[in-house]
Amino acid sequence: MAEKVIYAMYDDDDVLKDGAKKLVSNGVKISEVFSPFPIHGIDPIIGVKNTRLGIMAFLYGLTGLTLATYGMRFFMVVDWPMNIGGKPNFTYLDNMLAFIPVTFEFTVLCAAHGMAITYLLRNKTLPGIPAQNPDPRTTDDRFVIEIRMSENHKVSEEAIDKLLTETGYVEIDKKEIK
Amino acid sequence: MEFTITKKAKNVTMLLIAVGLLLTIIGVVMGMKDDHFLTRLLSNGLINGFFFFALGLGALFFLSLQYATETGWYASVKRVIEAVAGYLPYGIGLFGLILLIITFMDGAHIYIWMDPETVANDEIIQEKSAYLNIPFFWIRTLVYFACYIIFLRGFRKRSLEEDKIGGTELHFKNYKKGAMFLVFFAVFSSTSAWDWLMSIDVHWFSTLFGWYTFAGMWCSTMVVLVLLTLYLKKLGYLPKVNDSHIHDLGKWTFATSFLWSYLWFSQFMLIWYANIGEEVTYYMMRIENFKVLYFAMFLINFAFPMLLLMSRDAKRHSGILTMVGLIILAGHWLDVYIMISAGSLGANAHIGALEIGMVMMVCGFFLFVILRNLTKAPLTPVNHPFLDESVHHDI
Repeated sequence: MAEKVIYAMYDDDDVLKDGAKKLVSNGVKISEVFSPFPIHGIDPIIGVKNTRLGIMAFLYGLTGLTLATYGMRFFMVVDWPMNIGGKPNFTYLDNMLAFIPVTFEFTVLCAAHGMAITYLLRNKTLPGIPAQNPDPRTTDDRFVIEIRMSENHKVSEEAIDKLLTETGYVEIDKKEIK
Repeated sequence: MEFTITKKAKNVTMLLIAVGLLLTIIGVVMGMKDDHFLTRLLSNGLINGFFFFALGLGALFFLSLQYATETGWYASVKRVIEAVAGYLPYGIGLFGLILLIITFMDGAHIYIWMDPETVANDEIIQEKSAYLNIPFFWIRTLVYFACYIIFLRGFRKRSLEEDKIGGTELHFKNYKKGAMFLVFFAVFSSTSAWDWLMSIDVHWFSTLFGWYTFAGMWCSTMVVLVLLTLYLKKLGYLPKVNDSHIHDLGKWTFATSFLWSYLWFSQFMLIWYANIGEEVTYYMMRIENFKVLYFAMFLINFAFPMLLLMSRDAKRHSGILTMVGLIILAGHWLDVYIMISAGSLGANAHIGALEIGMVMMVCGFFLFVILRNLTKAPLTPVNHPFLDESVHHDI
């Protein structure tokens, strides 16, 4: 089903922010904002929830911790007890101190990679995935507000047009997308 | 807005001092006949003298760090940091007095290298005596104290001046002085920890001991800053301080806890792994005499802030921050307690009325001084160049 989308382009992030505030206070739902850099304070205005990446980081870290502990116990104690400097090699617990640096590194490795990959996946910006932004200039010096008509049943298109004109955009584009 | 000490706060500090004094007297009467009593009394003086002095010093360091990095967000809690740093002259007085008494008593079994008889029979100390001797020790101590006081006075003077005249000239001067202080402090924080604390275990040495002491001090300071900010906020002061400032202070507490744990572990693990006779004695003494306390202290200072302060919401929740803060503050006091007691008293050390009384007494005095410092200047700086940034701080 084809859907009508309005793209309003701005040349200043503060103008966009004020415009977004105005649109939202009039009941318009903004589905997305494209910007070359993070606009500070835009999230609460357009109703983006706090990121849950931190929770995932904790879980990835926990995975790393478990894997490292299990792995080292198997390699160094169970499968082939290693004699390093005469330290007890028949128990993991008595030797745990020596394993902590590696456990720590592996925890960080898993948390960092997990977070990076999750971030890229969630934003659909993995290498090879086609770009989502409507205009290449949003990676340079332009800022775009995206309004989907399917999400705005209560406000008419004319009313949105009128509101947008008042916000001082530099360019407007309307597209039918599938 | 001007701060006035509430009647309740005044009563609480006075009560702390009074109860502390009472317990100290009970402790003195009870333990007077003990052989090690004088050493115990003086090492307690040293513990509390150093711990609270270090809180003031940590605040001075944190303030100069903000100046040197031209940080913006801290501007609206600047006076809180200054108030804690303002304890430094009193802390130096108390700590210096204890050091002086110990020196006049030939080390009082705390600094055994001060005792000529011990040194004459101890080859290891003799070889260290080019550095560890009473005149040079006092020269260094006085240089540290003088440096801290001079910088503190300068920062405070310019801060009050800035309220009147504003402009960026003072700001850039603070920037330069803050960077300069960090250079001095980088050396002094290590060497002063060797002089005051590591020389108690005079045969032993560790190159990262200074950073370990410094990390503990920084962490305790951040806890005090969080608690004081929350207290003032609860009374309705500091209207410009929002959740984000509290969150940032919470982050600092969290991060410095990790720094401390990291350094504690680095020192412990390397010595455990190498297992060299001269080095392991330090931990043997602690494990033999303070086993439960020593490892409980590490767990409290590491696991508590890690698990409880990890989430974003916890760092913005005044109840959680207060609870975790008080616990790790006690944990870091225990750290200093074991650092000093294990070397001076060893098996004879125990926590009784004397220990609790003295910490209450000095804590009451510390609180009284910082609350009084808060009344001396407007709680929010007027002309700080980054004040506007701080007011709009949002993370």
